Amino acid sequence: METAMAVLTGLFFATSFYLMLSRHIIRILLGVTILGNAVNLTIFTTGRITREIPPIIPDDAVMPIEAIANPLPQALVLTAIVISFSFFAFLLVLVFRSYQELGTDDTDEMRDAEPRDEPAPPLGY
Amino acid sequence: MATSTAHNVNLEAAMVLTPPPLADYLVVAPLAIGFVFGALCLMTRKNIDRQPYIAISGLVLMLLADIGLFWHVLQNGTVVMTMGRWLPPFGITFVADMLGATFALVAGIVGLAGGVYALEDVDRTGRRYGFYPFLLLMLSGVTAAFLTGDIFNLYVWFEVLLIGSFGLLVLGSEREQLDGATKYALLNLIATTLFLLAVAYMYGMFGTLNMADISRKAAGLRDTGPLFTIAALFLFAFAMKAAAFPVNFWLPASYHTPRIVVSGLFAGLLTKVGVYALLRIFLTLFDVERDALAGTIAIVAVATMVLGAMGALAQNDIRRLLGYLVISGIGMMLAGLALGSQTGLSGAVFYAAHSMVVMTALYFLAGMIGERMNGFALNEAGGLYSRVPWLAAIALILFLSVSGLPPFSGLWPKAFLVKASLDVGAWWLAFSILLTGLLTTIAVGRTFAFAFWRESTRETDDTDTTRPTNGGRAVAGSLIALTLLSVAVGIYPEPVIRVTDRIASELLTSGSYVDAVFPAEEPMVEEPSADEGEAQE
Repeated sequence: METAMAVLTGLFFATSFYLMLSRHIIRILLGVTILGNAVNLTIFTTGRITREIPPIIPDDAVMPIEAIANPLPQALVLTAIVISFSFFAFLLVLVFRSYQELGTDDTDEMRDAEPRDEPAPPLGY
Repeated sequence: MATSTAHNVNLEAAMVLTPPPLADYLVVAPLAIGFVFGALCLMTRKNIDRQPYIAISGLVLMLLADIGLFWHVLQNGTVVMTMGRWLPPFGITFVADMLGATFALVAGIVGLAGGVYALEDVDRTGRRYGFYPFLLLMLSGVTAAFLTGDIFNLYVWFEVLLIGSFGLLVLGSEREQLDGATKYALLNLIATTLFLLAVAYMYGMFGTLNMADISRKAAGLRDTGPLFTIAALFLFAFAMKAAAFPVNFWLPASYHTPRIVVSGLFAGLLTKVGVYALLRIFLTLFDVERDALAGTIAIVAVATMVLGAMGALAQNDIRRLLGYLVISGIGMMLAGLALGSQTGLSGAVFYAAHSMVVMTALYFLAGMIGERMNGFALNEAGGLYSRVPWLAAIALILFLSVSGLPPFSGLWPKAFLVKASLDVGAWWLAFSILLTGLLTTIAVGRTFAFAFWRESTRETDDTDTTRPTNGGRAVAGSLIALTLLSVAVGIYPEPVIRVTDRIASELLTSGSYVDAVFPAEEPMVEEPSADEGEAQE
């Protein structure tokens, strides 16, 4: 099971790196999102994949009575999903706004902050 | 952990049964204050006339809490607090050692200075867009990142400060800002995601996220686990956050686009979090891996500092010039990390504190220059010396300080770093540090010559010889306060050196950090697998 997950995670990473190499912001954004999911899958896999019962303690016991699944990776992944989702929402708006404002989503053309024709500093008085 | 059926559980093994002393709550006080006042500012965002008072009192309280925490740690050593009464490693631990407390203190100073500067620099529109809530939340995130003792929690604080910084960066949504913010946001998000990836591998290896727990388990796992790979991943992710060459290009693309006070705060706070994380990871957790990576870090440090200074030489826009100087300073701190000796680390921490104060002050200065020249272009600058002589004096102090010339605060850490390099025979590192100092002196000296000494190129439009708005007391006051701090530290550096020396010796004995978190030598039942439960969330 871990092997299959590792292969799947590797595919996720490969896809995200391929997309992030693009010049177009929207593809980079999709790449970043897939990267976040790839990392989430990694956390899930590194927490060991087991077929166990959920970590619920019966009423009359004070600790789990048999082997339970590890709840921590799920807590970590949940946190990471919430964060990456909110960032994705923010970035989507930001990228759309800059597309509206700059009229391009090609990073080579986005030179407003670093203009190509910026003069060199003066060499003398 | 599952077979025992004993019903009376010994709570002492898992929980804190005696409440911590009141003074220990200082560990969480700065961020609690930050979040409470950030929320208050958010609630009063319609009432933008009252909001600055709330924000400034919040920033003052945060600084007081930082001072209190620093003093407490200075007197009593590392303070530890674990959330939810769980004993470490089960709960999320906050650890204030000298390193974290010092960084938090300087961040508090810079944050307050920024808040005061913004009283006049950020107009009503900026306030309505939520400058102060973002500032408080970002500062809380930065402070918490310095104080947390849990690696996943550190990731969460990185994201908190990142989202706060996004808000500040796009304030106003001008074309330039949107362009800079897009690059800043995407590249920083990739960096934190890679950091999370390193955390994932580390969790798979260690089965714990508590940094002290990782530190004491690392020795046992070194033979079997890919710790070197994990350490290298951390180095890449944090170097990207700290803007080290070759992953620094997001910084000069974005730091000059927002309002000048935001640039100043970013320069003072954000990249230093990356440096702090590198120090923490490579000295407390992976000291053996640091020795193996020292050569790489040294090469990165040299490239960062020299190329940063050369980048500064090529800039016409004063703000972009300062952006490259921020990068150059990061190289200095990395040089200390690469050396890893007592003197080197002391110099690196001293340089970080110096850089936080001086880079923020330099951006504030650039703001005042820009306001008086109606722009930041060097080739159009001139005539400021005759118009505002006191500003010229402050500019000279800050320029000498950032180049590391006496008698200001930049001199001492550089002297430490050069000495530490020569101690281990790394003449090329010492040479790079001195070369960077020379290049920086040329870059800022030229700025001084053009902006202040040169006769004004625009004879006709001498419009704002007098201050246009509000008297400018807050702007000038925060700039002068930061400058005086640099002068005071430069003239009387002994107290700071004592503190940074202590930080360096604490960092070099990672056992002190572990002992603070796990005080008693209790036999813990441990298996190096991932199913050791830790009460997160």
